[in-house]
Amino acid sequence: MNLTLRIWRQPDASADGEMRTYEVADISPDMSFLEMLDTLNETLIERGEEPVAFDHDCREGICGACGMVINGQAHGPERTTTCQLHMRHFADGDTIDIEPWRAAAFPVVRDLVVDRSAFDRVIGAGGYITAPTGAAPEAHATPVPKPAADAAFTHAECIGCGACVAACPNGSAMLFTSAKVNHLNVLPQGAPERESRVLGMVDQMDAEGFGGCTLTGECATACPKGIPMPSIAAMNREYLRAAAKR
Amino acid sequence: MTMATVTRTPGSQRPGPRPPVRPRGGFLRTLWGSTIGKKTVMAVSGLLMLAYLLVHMFANLKVFFGPEEMNGYAHWLRTLGEPLLRHGWFLWIARAVLLAAVVLHGVSAYQLSRRDIAARPVTYRHQRRQASYATRTMRWGGIILALFIVWHILDLTTGTVNPRGQEGHPYENIVAGFQNWYANVIYIVAMLAVGLHIRHGFWSAAQTLGVTRPGAARVLKAGANVLALAITAGFLSVPIGVMTGVVK
Repeated sequence: MNLTLRIWRQPDASADGEMRTYEVADISPDMSFLEMLDTLNETLIERGEEPVAFDHDCREGICGACGMVINGQAHGPERTTTCQLHMRHFADGDTIDIEPWRAAAFPVVRDLVVDRSAFDRVIGAGGYITAPTGAAPEAHATPVPKPAADAAFTHAECIGCGACVAACPNGSAMLFTSAKVNHLNVLPQGAPERESRVLGMVDQMDAEGFGGCTLTGECATACPKGIPMPSIAAMNREYLRAAAKR
Repeated sequence: MTMATVTRTPGSQRPGPRPPVRPRGGFLRTLWGSTIGKKTVMAVSGLLMLAYLLVHMFANLKVFFGPEEMNGYAHWLRTLGEPLLRHGWFLWIARAVLLAAVVLHGVSAYQLSRRDIAARPVTYRHQRRQASYATRTMRWGGIILALFIVWHILDLTTGTVNPRGQEGHPYENIVAGFQNWYANVIYIVAMLAVGLHIRHGFWSAAQTLGVTRPGAARVLKAGANVLALAITAGFLSVPIGVMTGVVK
């Protein structure tokens, strides 16, 4: 496959960026999207140019490091992470636009790499349980009802890639925050900090400059882990409950 | 599954904003200070206005039963609550509540919209059409509706822009008002806007208020469509009735 790529190039956070056009040749349809970018970078390095910077780590769709907006869609046309997107979903001769996640809370570090530490700070504001560390506790010490375990697993799938923010027309982090809040709030282990967790995380989410939710559903459509839309309503409910108790 | 440690490029680290330290206590203050809270204000005020619209629409259908029916109803509205309330007081209380709802809805929408736009300072070069038409037109639709409310009050409450504008005779004022082509156009555009607004707004309000029951989404979306259609069709029947001569 031969492709034309239009990629956002930006040397650093303070510099101006622009879309630059590149041609890549002999791309195998079995390559992943990141492997295709690796191929481009090899030729750029051979030519003595700066390679395109992008985040990646596990390359098996479970870590949440990679992510870019491909033809206007977070992680591209398939509902998976960029590393698990294969070139067979494109046609020979295609022109592909590649841009970084766009949000005030995710400033561009370089090219396609954005700083997602805003997510870390949202987690730091309550996305944990306060428990003494040490040996793993006995698994059956705290019985967890099956529906609660299932709900927790659904939300625990979130890998924090930021596709929800990138896809949302308002740059909102509601789907991410709701996944993290619900993951712990449905479990008995999360119960002691149920109220402070949701209040703290939502306050931090707002302070980071993410937009509000207008229920467009773009986030859940883009989410590679299938965090469902009702997750947001569930967090709203937790938030209102906690605010009333405050 | 675990969350990856985010990329840390030296020099790229920001200290990170801290949320404002809010005094404990005060449900309303907590709500007004957060995005979810402001959406809650919008949901509650929106549902209140929706309930009012439903009553308003049903009452408007009285126009098809002649001037006595319509004008009698308008008079009865002023006697509601008597003798506890003085003549006309019920109407003023309703107006005050509705004004509060409109203002709270509008101010929240304005502040949240400003925030939403600021949250994406650099837009995507590759633009893609997102969400449904009703969802995308919420902001412009809201502005159209706010302007329409002003026009509508000047037309049929104060009678300022109504060609007849006679107090106590809403039936005659309605018939006179819809003789003008532009009055019809304004009204029809506004009623289509209100339908679209309700279509996304009703479902959205339920999500904001935390309706999570499995299967609720389908029922709520269907409910939103039925409400939007009924309210738009109900209101539109009046100018159509006047235009076709059914109401004269």
